[in-house]
Amino acid sequence: MVILIKNANIVSAKGISKEPQDILIEKGVIKEISSKIPCGDYKVIDAKDKLVLPGLIDLHCHLREPGQEHKETLETGSKSAAKGGFTTIFCMPNTKPPIDSAKIVEGILKEAKRVGLVNIIPVGAVTKGQKGQELTDIFELKEAGCLAISDDGKSVSNSQLMRHALEYAKMADILLMEHCEDPTFSHGVMNEGACSTLLGLKGIPDISESIIVGRDIELAKYLQTRIHFSHISSARSVDLIRGAKAQGIGVTAEACPHHFSLTEKSVESFDTNTKVHPPLKTQADVDAIKQGLKDGTIDCITTDHAPHTSEEKELEFDRAPVGMIGFETAFGLAVSELVETKTLTWGKLVERMAITPAKISGLASKGEIAQDKDADIIVVDPNKEWIFEKDQIVSKSKNSPFIGRTLKGLVETTICAGKIVYQVK
Amino acid sequence: MSGWNKGDLLDLKDLTRKDIETILETAKSFKEVSTRDVKKVPALRGKTVVMLFSEPSTRTRVSFELAAKRLSADTLNVSVSASSLSKGESILDMAKNIEAMHVDMIVVRHKSSGVPKVLADALTPGIINAGDGCRAHPTQALLDMFTIKEKIGKIEGLKVAIIGDILHSRVARSNICGLTKMGAKVTLCGPSTLIPAGVEDQGVKVTHNLDDVLKDSDVLMCLRLQKERQQEKYLPSVREYVKHFGLNKEKLKMAKKDVVIMHPGPVNRGIELSAEVADGENSVILEQVTNGVAVRMAVLYLLLGKKEK
Repeated sequence: MVILIKNANIVSAKGISKEPQDILIEKGVIKEISSKIPCGDYKVIDAKDKLVLPGLIDLHCHLREPGQEHKETLETGSKSAAKGGFTTIFCMPNTKPPIDSAKIVEGILKEAKRVGLVNIIPVGAVTKGQKGQELTDIFELKEAGCLAISDDGKSVSNSQLMRHALEYAKMADILLMEHCEDPTFSHGVMNEGACSTLLGLKGIPDISESIIVGRDIELAKYLQTRIHFSHISSARSVDLIRGAKAQGIGVTAEACPHHFSLTEKSVESFDTNTKVHPPLKTQADVDAIKQGLKDGTIDCITTDHAPHTSEEKELEFDRAPVGMIGFETAFGLAVSELVETKTLTWGKLVERMAITPAKISGLASKGEIAQDKDADIIVVDPNKEWIFEKDQIVSKSKNSPFIGRTLKGLVETTICAGKIVYQVK
Repeated sequence: MSGWNKGDLLDLKDLTRKDIETILETAKSFKEVSTRDVKKVPALRGKTVVMLFSEPSTRTRVSFELAAKRLSADTLNVSVSASSLSKGESILDMAKNIEAMHVDMIVVRHKSSGVPKVLADALTPGIINAGDGCRAHPTQALLDMFTIKEKIGKIEGLKVAIIGDILHSRVARSNICGLTKMGAKVTLCGPSTLIPAGVEDQGVKVTHNLDDVLKDSDVLMCLRLQKERQQEKYLPSVREYVKHFGLNKEKLKMAKKDVVIMHPGPVNRGIELSAEVADGENSVILEQVTNGVAVRMAVLYLLLGKKEK
């Protein structure tokens, strides 16, 4: 199918294009961008008064396949991602079994191809079985199609093993993403502080995150290599990362919408959908995350989309699993909480959600709308206000604390590899 | 009904000072019932009160059960751990089943914080929190305040020390909330490992030195120290804890002569309190137990007297 997007206000790092452009898409790539492309035998999308963005890239999600298909599958996850405007998603390895061998990577890529909606890139495990004992065959994982490795769900807590993992990742030129959490603090269920005291819930101190951030900065400096920090949530971590960047250490970091949209106060409802790792923090932390996104200390926004069924979540707060879904609210939250508050310009938003994630993960043909780039494009209505309703959720799981929330900015069309994979009804 | 309009009792933070006063006043009149030859009034005849306990508890459950029975309500005990949670049924399912049998009030004890609130949000019958996790134990704090008022005549302006494992104590949390609301000056005393983060925000002082509170407190409220805290590394040893935070006859000499010594029970004799102090003339521990029935009668009476939630 050949697609022509007419009157496109294209958003790039520089901002919104001065004049509307027409974009011609053929054979999965952007063939031409110019001020006037005559209509032909194309599928035409009129983007007048809309914004046209590169497809969003999520470096961090959980698709639960293989092994927990009752929560999500590659297919339902892809549909949810497409609805949220994501055209490339990196799925974390804490599946059952974990993504720790080429065989499992190949299985995921085969099923992703069959589903054929968005680009799914498996993240391999750092250690076999994610047990934190022995390294996986990192070269083999890369050859099979992993662009990153992580033991997400937990950190690589043994410093010596982490050192070797980073050395291997450097050799293999693969990104290592660290879930920053000191496991010895992990008996809690929410952020430690006045709020956890009031609610009588066990707290996790925020240093649980920054201790690992600090250690890993030291490792990255010592080994002269790079490291990526997943779902950063505390003000102290932001400070440490800012300091490391100022010293030229090769660190990058991401933050999730719930960590710039919610505080620990939402736990007062005892809604288990507010239970997440790292836990929701204070307003000061939320402000620091926003500042980090604004000044570039935090490089990108990821969802940490983590589906769980309602049966699993309808437990006592301290027994419920952690995580919330995120694909379908990420863009609306980013617009509502960051663009509307003038924290980010549209250009910066596109950097945080497409351009930089592409750079960090080495996806050279993605992240921007330009000739010969992959035709991963979304059309959004920046001014549309909408309510996130439970019965509209496409993900197989509905565990979101944002249900009922009014958001601004709606993804109307998602094009991935030159194919329309989602269109608003 | 004194303008009472609440159908649940989850946490003292949901009550005004006036509400607390109403409960304490009502309890005063109910206390007499338990001293009669025929210990029963018909106030709640035809009402059904279910005790849904997922944690072993003898005194709180017995206290609620007696309170309900003395008001002529029908009572039923459901011990959750013994029945369905092991089969994978959620506590909410369990409570919904009980609701479907048309009960009027569910008294809930659960080891997870927040469960009574979740049940109250989902169900029609009234919910009384009989202790949830480390969060709240409102009727314990009410009976403590009742006892203080009975002993000293007032709460406002009193200096109350709560001593021991504050971190894991729902009794401490509810007392902090209730006592500060009633105008008492509350100081927490315990090892820093057992003082919860940010608790000063609730208007209390914190000290790690027992001597600081011994001298001028009107009330010393000692909490039970679970011996497991040593294995959990909150304490170097129980022996050391006793030395620094245990109350014995010798240390009591520093205190006001008429200081009131309280404990929510069960007492770990020889740890937080020496046997002499627990049984001594300043101790009101058994009076607390007696008053517990009266206070729970008042709570059941007021809450069930309120028709709509």
